[in-house]
Amino acid sequence: MKPAPFAYHAPTTVAEAVSLLGSLEDAKVLAGGQSLIPLLNFRLARPAHLVDINQLQELGQVYERDGGLAIGAIVRQADLESHPLAADRCPLLPLALRLVAHPVIRNRGTVCGSLAHADPAAELCATLLALDGRVVARSTRGVREIAAADLFRGPMDSALEPDELLTEAWFPRGGGKVAIAEETRRHGDFAMAGVVRAGDRLVLFGVAPRPLLADPADPTRGLEPSADPECSPEFRLHLVEVMVERVMSA
Amino acid sequence: MRVNGRELPDAVDARLLLSDHLRHGLGLTGTHVGCEHGVCGCCTVLLDGRPVRSCLMLAVQARGHEVTTVEALAEDGSPLHPVQQAFHECHGLQCGFCTPGFLMVTTAFLRDHPDPSDAEIEEAISGNLCRCTGYAGIRRSVRRAAELRRRPKQ
Repeated sequence: MKPAPFAYHAPTTVAEAVSLLGSLEDAKVLAGGQSLIPLLNFRLARPAHLVDINQLQELGQVYERDGGLAIGAIVRQADLESHPLAADRCPLLPLALRLVAHPVIRNRGTVCGSLAHADPAAELCATLLALDGRVVARSTRGVREIAAADLFRGPMDSALEPDELLTEAWFPRGGGKVAIAEETRRHGDFAMAGVVRAGDRLVLFGVAPRPLLADPADPTRGLEPSADPECSPEFRLHLVEVMVERVMSA
Repeated sequence: MRVNGRELPDAVDARLLLSDHLRHGLGLTGTHVGCEHGVCGCCTVLLDGRPVRSCLMLAVQARGHEVTTVEALAEDGSPLHPVQQAFHECHGLQCGFCTPGFLMVTTAFLRDHPDPSDAEIEEAISGNLCRCTGYAGIRRSVRRAAELRRRPKQ
C-alpha cells in the first residue's frame, strides 16, 4: 500500500458530498486524482478522509452560461478538449488543454481539479485568470462564486475552504486574440515559464507562486522568479520576454 | 469490476492502487509498475477503452468499469496482437519493462487514429518513458502496427 490509511467516501449526490465535507475533519476531494494520488503515493498528503466525487453525474456537464462556458467538476480534460462547444465558445481552452501533461493524464484529469489544486505552473489556472473567469464553490453554508483573481493565493493554495466543493468553473469567451505559449524541458512537463493572452490581458505562469496578471508593455516588472536546477531566474525572465512577444504578435 | 471481460470481485482496501490490485490481487503481472506517480506510463491500462495510469487510480474506483490489461491483447499460444507483432518486428523493445504501457497506449491510439501522422504518433507516446530504445524503434513499431491493422484479414 502506498497511500497512508484513509476512510473512503463515494457520495452519489452533490448534497451528500458537501454534507460529508462539512462534517468530516481533514477530508480531501478526489476528482481525477492525477495530482492528488501522486501526493498520496509519496505520503506527502495524508488526509483522514477522501471524498471521491467521480460518481456525481450532475457535475459532468459542459454548457453555455452567461456568455461563457460552464464546466462541471468531473468533466475530464480530454473530453473538454474535443468538445464542440469548447472550440466554438472559448477557443483559448482547447489550446491550453493540449499543453496539460500528456493525453493519457488528460483522460482522467479534470478541469476543475486542476483549478482547485492551484499549481502555479498550471495552464488552466493561468487561462481562467487571463479570461477573468470564476468558479462556483458549494458547502452546507451555501453557494458562492470566486473570481480567478481571488482564487489562487499561493502554490497549491486556493481560496476554497476545507468544507467547500468546487462544483463548476466558468470560462468567459474572451474578446480579441487568444494565445498560449510555454517552455518545458520535456514534452508534457510543467512549464519553466508560460504566458497566456486573452485580448489585452496577459497572464504569466510558472514564474511566481501563483499565476500573475502582467502589463504587456513591461511584463517582467517586479518579477523575481525562483531558481531550480533546471532553470535560473534570468533564463525564466528571458523566456517570459520572448514568449510575450510571440503571443502579443499572434 | 470487469477485467479483460471477466467479472471479478472488487472487495479491496480503499487505499490499494489499481496497479497493485491488478498485480498482487488478480495476478495480472503484465501491467508493470515503474514510478508510481504517473510519470513513466508503464502501468497504463484501458479504463472503459481509454488509456489511463493504473497507479493514479484506486482499485475501488474501477467498480462498475471495464479494465483492459496487456494480457487481453493475445491469449497464450495464439498469434500476437497486431500491435505486439509490430513491436516484435520493429525492435520496439529491449528490456521490455515499459512495453505493456506502450502497447496499451498504441492499441487505443490506433483505434481512434487508424492512419496517424508522425506528429500524432509522437504526441500519443509522449507520456511513456523508455530507457533502452531511444524511441526510434517504438515510432517505427507504431507505424507498422497501423499498417498491420489496416491490412484486410486473410
